[in-house]
Amino acid sequence: MSVSIQIKNLVKSYEKADALQDISLDIKPNELFGFIGPDGAGKTTLFRILTSLILADSGTVTIDQWDVVKNYKDIRKMTGYMPGRISLYMDLTVEENLQFYARLFGTNIKENYDLIEDVYEQIAPFKNRRAGALSGGMRQKLALSCALIHKPRLLVLDEPTTGVDAVSRKEFWELLKKMQKRDITILVSTPYMDEAALCDRVALMQSGKLLSLDTPQKIIDDFDGTLLAVKTEKMYSLLHDLSSFENETRVYRFGETLHLVSHAESRETEEKIKIFLTGKGYRDILIRQITPAIEDCFLALMNNMTDS
Amino acid sequence: MSNREKIIEVQNLVKKFGNFEANKNLTFNVYRGEIFGFLGANGAGKTTAIKILCGLSKPTSGSVHVAGINVNKHPEAVKKRIGYMSQFFSLYNDMTVKENFRFYGGVYGLGKKEIRDRTLFFLEKLNMRSYENMLLKNIPLGWKQKLAFSVASIHKPDIIFLDEPTGGVDPITRRQFWEMIYEASDNGTTVFVTTHYMDEAEYCERVCIMSEGEIKALGRPRDLKTEYQADNINDIFLKIARNVE
Repeated sequence: MSVSIQIKNLVKSYEKADALQDISLDIKPNELFGFIGPDGAGKTTLFRILTSLILADSGTVTIDQWDVVKNYKDIRKMTGYMPGRISLYMDLTVEENLQFYARLFGTNIKENYDLIEDVYEQIAPFKNRRAGALSGGMRQKLALSCALIHKPRLLVLDEPTTGVDAVSRKEFWELLKKMQKRDITILVSTPYMDEAALCDRVALMQSGKLLSLDTPQKIIDDFDGTLLAVKTEKMYSLLHDLSSFENETRVYRFGETLHLVSHAESRETEEKIKIFLTGKGYRDILIRQITPAIEDCFLALMNNMTDS
Repeated sequence: MSNREKIIEVQNLVKKFGNFEANKNLTFNVYRGEIFGFLGANGAGKTTAIKILCGLSKPTSGSVHVAGINVNKHPEAVKKRIGYMSQFFSLYNDMTVKENFRFYGGVYGLGKKEIRDRTLFFLEKLNMRSYENMLLKNIPLGWKQKLAFSVASIHKPDIIFLDEPTGGVDPITRRQFWEMIYEASDNGTTVFVTTHYMDEAEYCERVCIMSEGEIKALGRPRDLKTEYQADNINDIFLKIARNVE
């Protein structure tokens, strides 16, 4: 049975920084919930409080009826945690690592094999290889197997896909979707904005604050203004030149185009930009209105935070 | 393109570890001032190839010239002409910003005055003059990355190797870092970069995609997209790069 989580007014400061500044949010049973943000956003601090590994300065977290501080023993039994810095024993083989984690929780591989099968079968051919000799993607899958071996009701994954290539990242998310079907609540953090679309709901975080919390679709629907993608034959100087279009236009590189937010009627803006760029000697100017991605939303929200 | 000066020339490069062939007959050139994206899944053989280009590892066979120098014969000479920055940048956390510059300037054999001038040049460019005496461990990640890039350029290298330089930072900082890359390239420095962010691959002049120790695709992003009938590099990457153990 998956759990629900209530986070209320969570505050945590370190010597140098306010890691969490009054964070409140609820997570529903069996949700696949994403915390999206760069280093220093507070994701790891939040996860460590949720898993009873550190104490908050103030605020509370309850997981179902359990308080993470008072009932830490219960919390640890029902939680599977995969820290950002993977805690595998590099000198132990794949299978030995799994046995070790199973035994820590008083179980064995056989008893819960059913749950980890989808993940583990992908690394089972290398079960006699030492964890230290595995590739990044494989290591990640072993760590996930170890976090699942005691049949947790809550799975907390801290940046499981950081530094992993695009192919392995895709496979990893497919596995998470499968795990979700086993009635587990899953919290996952990531710096990759494109992964937000794969979550039921996401919290966009920056410097210990929530920028936004909703379904990925709703966050995109709430984007303020229209987004234009601009492309010309010459791209390098375009960013610089386009930044001087009207007052304080914010322009960002996005793959092969530049993205620009317009708050005026967009047809009119498109025409103005065309004239502006033609005047500066650009040719083959392509401008089209596009649907924002989560990264566009994140950039806009970051700017709002700095402005206010 | 063919008239441009070749700054990296790799011919039939093979690297074996026992029976395992990490690089299978790689042949490619990189031109002066180019931003060259080097992509591939974990385990595709990227790191092996980069180590050889930097003179840290010897090829089993094949010829590799970097900045006109035969890397196999003169690995030390090559190291003076290149800069290197990785995701675990090698700045010293318990030294100040200025001391890090001084240390690396010394490693590359720069004179006192030159070190001072170059340090000042970068600190002004980054708007970090007032932080020169701050310990590196107190500097935020995004700034550290920019400093690491500057320190790797202190000796005005011909080529700078960036191994996943932008991990973990926010989308604005990530883009600021790319502006630095463009600027370096504009000044004639060749930038050889690996990344897991596929949108960044689009910022490169040409990209090379490796899989199973071989080059599977090499070309300008827009030409590759036409060739593979894909909307973006990510789709091409998913098509050709596979996890191989």
